[in-house]
Amino acid sequence: MIPLSQLKFGENACIESIEIDKIPLKLIEMGCLPGNFITIIQKAPFDDPLYLKVDETHLAIRKETAKFIFVKLIK
Amino acid sequence: MSKSLNIALLGNPNTGKTSLFNSLTGLSQKVGNYPGVTVEKKEGVCKLDRTTKGYFIDLPGTYSINSSSIDESIVVELLLNKNNKDYPDLALVIADVENLKRNLLLFTQIKDLGIPTILVINMADQMKRKGISLDIPILEQMLETKIALVSTRENTGLDELKKLILNYRIISNKPLVQINSIDKKYFENLENAFPGQLLYKLWLIITQDANFGAIQRTLISDISKFQTKSKSEIKRLQQKETIKRYQFINSVLKKGLQIDKASATDFRSKLDRVLIHKFWGYLIFFSILMIIFQSIFSWSEVPMDFIDNCFNYLSSVTSNNLPSGVFTDLLSQGIIPGLGGIVIFIPQIAFLFLFLSILEETGYMSRVVFLMDRGLRRFGLSGKSIIPLISGTACAIPAIMSTRNIESWKERLITILVTPFTTCSARLPVYAILIALVIPDGYFLGFSYKGLMLMFLYLIGFLMALGIAWILTTTLSIHSKSYFVIELPNYKIPLIKNVALTVWEKTKSFVEGAGKIILAISILLWILASYGPGENFNQAENIIQKKYPELAEKEIELKTNSFKLENSYVGVLGRSIEPIITPLGYDWKIGIAIITSFAAREVFVGTLATIYSVQNDDNDTIKNKMASEIRKDGKLLFNLASGTSLMIFYAFAMQCMSTLAVVKKETNSWKWPLGQLFFMTILAYFISFLTYQILS
Repeated sequence: MIPLSQLKFGENACIESIEIDKIPLKLIEMGCLPGNFITIIQKAPFDDPLYLKVDETHLAIRKETAKFIFVKLIK
Repeated sequence: MSKSLNIALLGNPNTGKTSLFNSLTGLSQKVGNYPGVTVEKKEGVCKLDRTTKGYFIDLPGTYSINSSSIDESIVVELLLNKNNKDYPDLALVIADVENLKRNLLLFTQIKDLGIPTILVINMADQMKRKGISLDIPILEQMLETKIALVSTRENTGLDELKKLILNYRIISNKPLVQINSIDKKYFENLENAFPGQLLYKLWLIITQDANFGAIQRTLISDISKFQTKSKSEIKRLQQKETIKRYQFINSVLKKGLQIDKASATDFRSKLDRVLIHKFWGYLIFFSILMIIFQSIFSWSEVPMDFIDNCFNYLSSVTSNNLPSGVFTDLLSQGIIPGLGGIVIFIPQIAFLFLFLSILEETGYMSRVVFLMDRGLRRFGLSGKSIIPLISGTACAIPAIMSTRNIESWKERLITILVTPFTTCSARLPVYAILIALVIPDGYFLGFSYKGLMLMFLYLIGFLMALGIAWILTTTLSIHSKSYFVIELPNYKIPLIKNVALTVWEKTKSFVEGAGKIILAISILLWILASYGPGENFNQAENIIQKKYPELAEKEIELKTNSFKLENSYVGVLGRSIEPIITPLGYDWKIGIAIITSFAAREVFVGTLATIYSVQNDDNDTIKNKMASEIRKDGKLLFNLASGTSLMIFYAFAMQCMSTLAVVKKETNSWKWPLGQLFFMTILAYFISFLTYQILS
């Protein structure tokens, strides 16, 4: 299990857990929930912010938030 | 007897909610692709059948009823307050067929409030291309609602939707998700304390930080006892609630939705690969900006010259054909040149709004937010600040209102404070005429000097905004939670109707708003310039004749006119402030224009037009009149040094009352707008002073 911020471009992963006090409710409602699939579509320079696809939603979050989402790689 | 229904339109951003609202009510309104464009309350009427009228309210786009911004809290405030006159008889939740799962979250929340809710699935025309098929009867049965399939792009499904609205009473208002299942004991206590109340409603009152002042006060004070749970515990329950809702939605979609991935074409990822590329993304963005500014300047040259000539013609026709007198003078020297000074900038402003609305409509703006976040954060701003900074090139007022979806208060406040530095369309008239006067013709690498100067002015405005933001972020000690979430919507080809409506509406309101101020100021100025106190004004002709007895009649007349103007009320006023502005390279006439344009910057040109018309009634263009102004020392008044210094002054000074008013409203304090006014004026004065001293 690794924090989302360490996930590499193009890797597929599944959300294992989230640190709920650090994650805005809005992000949870947009689909950042344990069990959902997540991929990194693009990283801005300095790897921040991250452009993700979570479930069916395309969104961008900052690295500081991505540190509190933990994912498991899917081979 | 005619009946009426209150209908609330709800939905995630980028679902075409506002397009649907436009199609239903025919009211023109801005439709953008950037999440959160709809910030004001929008209402419209639609005849549903011969006897029933539908009153539609277009509520701000939101992903959930749990609000995270002021705009979103409008939704929960309205839906929980049955006493509100706008409380809906029924709600329409608009969903994008491609994002059904996430859109249904909001649907289940609204339905659980006991409001009859119709699900409107938009972009039905995309289904085939994306390989999506829906089992409507199954979905209707499981979601206990009625579903309308519409396409706002192709205008289909609206009649069926109207029929569903008229039959809204058959829709069950039973909740879909049992809220008490997330914490049995807690909700049991709540139910005992407030028998007969809807549990989900109570839960929202407990969890939402919204203004429920209008709801029964006793309920609120009693309910505060149930806020004993810590914030963290409440959030955990909210997460649990969200999971429950998604479990329900997944079970519904498993039966009612099929996606054939093979037939889906992925246009967005191909475009994204280029448009938000680490290198190409930025290059494309800056090229787009460059093209926009170049074309604003070059495309509008022909129509602007045309308008200028038209107004001069109008002025001369009026003064030649109407019986001479005070009224004719007022019309031909005051009102017509004053209005001409604003109408002339319609082409530029229309082009600017055209480009901005295309950027928004296509979904490109959100990509720019993504590209700019990291860079802007260094200056204490958010990636979302790029929207106000760019749309501030049209007008600071909507730009400052669009800061509402910046999550961190500190980032938002700083954005509000620096947005007036971006070059708004009201500065364009000032820049355009000064550039035409003082910047030489010629080309550098294929770009005209004039176009480059305009770009430079936009650039220094933007750089000043960044610099001041950086100073503010290091000096202001405000602690606020900072996070950043933005949806990157699908790319869309802009609807011509939407773009045209935006350009038309924005340009119209600009001309109307500025027109009123300019009309009033033109009249006032003309009066102040045509009358004066004391001997010098009334005996002007005699004084000049005595002073220059050898001059021809025409020369005498010119000298008399300018001597009169100098001694008119406006001249006396202007000359009293002359010592302050002489170091910047301005004369008292420019001083008057600076004072009057405090109301709004674009008044500057109209003011000079009026002053010069009073002085010299030979119906030349504004530009030529300005070009022939001579200073006391015999040099041209508008030269490179004074012209540039003046442009710099307008780049940095806070010359807009409406912006101050909106900053007061958004920050809820006079401290910030007054600070802005004071600081920006001093800054503008100081830098203009340096500019003039160095260049002259």
